Amino acid sequence: MHIAEGYLPPEQAAAWFVVSAPFVVHGSRALVRQVRADPDSKLLLGAAGAFTFALSALKIPSVTGSSSHPTGTGLGAVLFRPPVMSVLGGIVLLFQALLLAHGGLSTLGANIFSMAIVGPWVAYGSYTMVRRAGGGLGPAVFAAAALGSLATYGVTVAQLALAFPDPVSGVGGALAKFGGIFAVTQIPLAISEGLLTVLVVRLLSRTSGDDLRRLGLLRPAAEVRA
Amino acid sequence: MRRFSWVNLLLLLAVLLLAVVPLAFGLGSGEEPFSGADALAEQAIVDDHPDYQPWFSPIYEPPSAELESAFFALQAALGAGLLGYYFGVARTRQRQRDAVDRQRG
Repeated sequence: MHIAEGYLPPEQAAAWFVVSAPFVVHGSRALVRQVRADPDSKLLLGAAGAFTFALSALKIPSVTGSSSHPTGTGLGAVLFRPPVMSVLGGIVLLFQALLLAHGGLSTLGANIFSMAIVGPWVAYGSYTMVRRAGGGLGPAVFAAAALGSLATYGVTVAQLALAFPDPVSGVGGALAKFGGIFAVTQIPLAISEGLLTVLVVRLLSRTSGDDLRRLGLLRPAAEVRA
Repeated sequence: MRRFSWVNLLLLLAVLLLAVVPLAFGLGSGEEPFSGADALAEQAIVDDHPDYQPWFSPIYEPPSAELESAFFALQAALGAGLLGYYFGVARTRQRQRDAVDRQRG
């Protein structure tokens, strides 16, 4: 999902910065508020950031014969809500742009929009819908992480298609082309990401029940099984 | 092993399986099997829009593929390290709470 440095026309790169900036500003405030209101959750917040940091570094082979990486933003989105992830995800993308030449500074706005904004919001929305429909914590977390990951890559496909319409078939053809590169590749990875996030939440339900109850993932009466 | 641990182990195995199957069945395609989707997208842009010039280049680029993978390993290690630290702390705290609860009866 990393659009490479310089690979968006300047006006579009700028437009994505404009779109993403309010989310990141709002997210920074949400992050500060979260830490002030609930200092005990600071360590868990760090863990959620660490999860994205680790997962987005893992290139995993996929059935399409190419490889890609998970995003790891679903966990934090479910625990701390999406605005916080716009900052944590942004930090990960900045690290990769500065040190790894992966993604880029010029495309940071676009990449933040896909990985740190849309992904977490889709994750949070999926989580809420599954819970409201009566689904358990495990299925809800799985849906959140997997669909958030797919949505992130979906946004990248749309961004690239808008920037580079196919010379013959236009934006539609470009959607199919970039979709072919990213979408199918990401399906097994999204499943992996969902399973890993469920695993982490299961472990959290054992070690950090109080935190999960405070954050609303577990009901006050001990709901032990994830 | 209790059910909790079994399910966790199965989750891990499923993740491993999803990664290993494409490798084991040699599903790699193209000149460089299992190249990154990000790089493939970049290549597709270059192929279809030969006149497009990237207008900005990375400020710093790892000088070799080895160093690039070193940075990726560093990123994964930092993330996994902090996550492991968290679980160590959280587990110890939980045990202490349990011990206090038991003493109070």
